[in-house]
Amino acid sequence: MFIKQLSVFVENKQGALSQIISLLSNSGVNMRAVSIADTQDFGILRIIVNDMDLAINTLKDNNVIVRANHVIGVELEDKPGALSRVLSLLTAGGVNVEYMYAFVTPGSSDGAYLVLRAKHNEKAEKILSENNIKMLSEDDIKNM
Amino acid sequence: MKNCYQPEIEQASRNKINKIQSERLVTAVKRVYDNVPIYRARMDETGVKPEDIKGIEDLYKLPFTSKQDLRDTYPFGMFAVPMEEVIRLHASSGTTGKQIVVGYTQNDLDNWGDIVARQLSAAGITKSDKVHVAYGYGLFTGGLGIAEGARRLGCTSIPVSSGNTARQLTILQDFESNAIACTPSYAMYLAESAAKAGIDTSKLPLRAGIFGAEPWTEEMRREIEKGLNIKAYDIYGLTEIMGPGVAYECSEQNGMHVNEDHFIIEILDPETHKPVPDGEKGEIVFTCLTKEAFPLIRFRTKDIGTITHEKCACGRTFVRMSKPMGRIDDMLIIRGVNVFPSQIESVLLQMNLSPNYQLIVDRKGVLDTLEVQVEITEGIFSDTIADISRLERELSDKLKSTLGIAAKATFVAAGSIARSEGKAKRVVDRRNLI
Repeated sequence: MFIKQLSVFVENKQGALSQIISLLSNSGVNMRAVSIADTQDFGILRIIVNDMDLAINTLKDNNVIVRANHVIGVELEDKPGALSRVLSLLTAGGVNVEYMYAFVTPGSSDGAYLVLRAKHNEKAEKILSENNIKMLSEDDIKNM
Repeated sequence: MKNCYQPEIEQASRNKINKIQSERLVTAVKRVYDNVPIYRARMDETGVKPEDIKGIEDLYKLPFTSKQDLRDTYPFGMFAVPMEEVIRLHASSGTTGKQIVVGYTQNDLDNWGDIVARQLSAAGITKSDKVHVAYGYGLFTGGLGIAEGARRLGCTSIPVSSGNTARQLTILQDFESNAIACTPSYAMYLAESAAKAGIDTSKLPLRAGIFGAEPWTEEMRREIEKGLNIKAYDIYGLTEIMGPGVAYECSEQNGMHVNEDHFIIEILDPETHKPVPDGEKGEIVFTCLTKEAFPLIRFRTKDIGTITHEKCACGRTFVRMSKPMGRIDDMLIIRGVNVFPSQIESVLLQMNLSPNYQLIVDRKGVLDTLEVQVEITEGIFSDTIADISRLERELSDKLKSTLGIAAKATFVAAGSIARSEGKAKRVVDRRNLI
């Protein structure tokens, strides 16, 4: 099971990030999770939103380069070793993680969520699902 | 050889061409020294006498002519014959400054006709063909220049001139033209209009097009060839030197043969004014060898181009020039290296990157730096830093091998490069020199 994530190219200059975020908030997009990866000159903003189509259209209408892609959302129990277990499974299966970030929601009293993208996404998904790791669906995201 | 109007000269040996050029240069220099005050004054100033010029090896001793000289002597100050021998005047449009006026004697028009006839022949046009001329007729050299060549070759010219596209299309069909001559952008427009009007161009007898008078790309060539179902030939000319036909393309479509029995082409380093080797970019400079009314010596076109003496498969021996690749005024000197925005454009095109870019030139300490900022496009944006960084490195490497100096490549947000009148501002030079 995969969820969709938006990646946005952001220049490393004052106001660039704020401009993109306000475009989304003005159009009523609600963000579930956000992460930013940066280099000296640019960054990639990665977001999970409640309404993908609205977010994509809003950004494209404003000439912002955006890409939608599949990532894995993992539900983690709130106890030591939960994240470690997920990563050990992937390592054992020979899967490299390209990036990951975590988020919580007000309703997620029993733990946190992890967003990850592996070099071989399909393989990662298979390993996690075989080991009964709970993964998020698109519906889960919408209903959060 | 087929499709060659004057094979004895178009396929002459290099020795013969050199000999013709040398003899004619001696005469041309004497003519301007005796008849054009500005040349006499310049040569006297630099201490060069006409008798010092014994052949093309002495060309470098001669002074340059600039566009400004033509403006300063406007209208007739550079004419080398009395007005009674001038049988035609043309003028340049003057889009980049005051207009200039040029003149032709009977011999000049005959020679002009010859060189245009060479182009028409090279495009496969024969006596029995009809040529639709949609260049403007008037002070502009395009229309009457092509007509002169058609007359010389003996084919039928149709002086439609420019404008009224619907009428152009009717004439193309009704008069059954075999070739068309116009600007490449108008050819594109004609092709589009024909398609809109439901005209099947593959049913027309039209088979060749002769296009020039403005810059155009290989991509435009392909579109025109497809849209009009013809083979498209490039022709180069400039009013100051003659008009259309100074250089012409053959069926190889790989560079334009310069009519070397009438003109000497030089490609000079813009800084040192020394000739650069074949294939290297420099300023295109022309010397008229046979012109009587308006003979220019070492006229600096301010266009950038290259030449090659390599053998052409068509059999012609005339040196081939590239399309002009930009204007000398756009040139940047970075760490002593000449950099043209057109070089950067070609790299971006090769890598399928956005044509919206900006060059940031700066000086850190004593060292010039060049940064090429390119707008990111959907096609290349990946969601991993590694992919984008890899692309930046690839661009940076390609720029280095093309320009000969290191350049930093940076992607910037789409639409972020400032535009003026719809065009992106290309160069930001932050060096505070002087």
